[in-house]
Amino acid sequence: MQKTYYDPADLKKFGKITEWSEELGNKFFDYYAKVFEEGKLSAREKSLIALAVAHTEQCPYCIDAYTQDGLQRGITKEEMMEALHVGAAIKSGATLVHGVQMMNKVNKLEM
Amino acid sequence: MIKSLQKRNSELANSKRQLEILSNGIFQNGDLPKFKDKIAETGQFPLRAKKLEILQINVGYMCNQVCEHCHVDAGPDRKEIMTRETMRQCLEVIKNTGAHTLDLTGGAPEMNPDFRWFVEEASKVGVKDFIVRSNLTIIRANKKYYDLPEFFKKHNVHVISSMPHWTKGKTDKQRGSGVFDKSIKALQELNAVGYGMPDSNLRLDLVYNPSGAFLPGNQVSMEKDFKKALIDDFGIRFHNLFTITNLPISRFLDYLIASENYEDYMYALVEAYNPQTVDNVMCTNTLSVSWDGYLYDCDFNQMLNLPVNSKVKHISDYNEELLEGRTIMISQHCYGCTAGAGSSCQGSVT
Repeated sequence: MQKTYYDPADLKKFGKITEWSEELGNKFFDYYAKVFEEGKLSAREKSLIALAVAHTEQCPYCIDAYTQDGLQRGITKEEMMEALHVGAAIKSGATLVHGVQMMNKVNKLEM
Repeated sequence: MIKSLQKRNSELANSKRQLEILSNGIFQNGDLPKFKDKIAETGQFPLRAKKLEILQINVGYMCNQVCEHCHVDAGPDRKEIMTRETMRQCLEVIKNTGAHTLDLTGGAPEMNPDFRWFVEEASKVGVKDFIVRSNLTIIRANKKYYDLPEFFKKHNVHVISSMPHWTKGKTDKQRGSGVFDKSIKALQELNAVGYGMPDSNLRLDLVYNPSGAFLPGNQVSMEKDFKKALIDDFGIRFHNLFTITNLPISRFLDYLIASENYEDYMYALVEAYNPQTVDNVMCTNTLSVSWDGYLYDCDFNQMLNLPVNSKVKHISDYNEELLEGRTIMISQHCYGCTAGAGSSCQGSVT
């Protein structure tokens, strides 16, 4: 029995998802490739966004992939960490902004 | 400063041991295909030499730097140096061959005591492109090298220099403490005599090698990033950036094994294999001459002691007809030149 849910080798098998649903799988990969092309945003900027999102989504495959991708693009570790803090700030901000909801409720219910 | 593998008596100083590693393990048990089988899938085996275009001469393994990824295992402790006699033999070939490019490399080629004599003589031959691969720091290493930018200019040398990153941290980690600052100063001095300027015929190109166990990014994008950073931060200009994949030999192989990245790196190279690069790999139009005059298909094969598969083994016996069409010597390190957009001493090949 497999001892962990995640296996690094599975990342290389990502393309196999098309085997059980070829049309949708191919559409996804075409879309994915298009998204990361140079556009109004550079591919480099998109790579940093992907890295930050990979962390907020806590996807080990994506973290692996976009750390490598960043290194290949010459992105420095300081830039990578800065991008992560953007993700972390939004995550923590999203948590804390719900505090207003809590405060509203408390204020409504308390005498 | 680290020492060369040879000085450390590392088992990897022995090229046979390197070739064993590259043929055993994941390539022996069938996890990954051997390079020979991979290129055979598209009918490209055996690889054969075409007409000679580039004569690359390694004038010695001595270097003032000891870079962690060096495929030559160069350093101050290496004493292999080309003699003037071998240089004369090379000059005879340069005069008589149709190669359009002469490419001097090392080590730090400038440390060869006959380097200037060789450049002066070779520049008289009039090859179209006369390259010296300078590590930049040599220009600032000692007073006797301070005039190199002027010397290069006088002989219309095309300077190609290594620069792993536009930041100090990444550069010094790969090439040694202080290398970045000296390299920047040297680039500014090359710019000052006219090298690298937009309309200048004095060509200054940079070479980018990844500073770790990963492949280089897109050459065009990297060049854009390098140009922006170097002009913004230091006012430095250069012409082109060549991205080169680190081949898994010598000190880079040592690093891959020590950091437990060897297998993943080989998987990455094989996964990025691009059959379209095979027709343009540099070994098919290049001849590499070692410090002692022996002939190889490329500088990497020179370091692995894989001589040309020809009756002609030495520059003194050079015969273009016998060398053309020879079968190129290959092993699994060749995946480094066929990954992604391909890799050569002139950067991407597709």
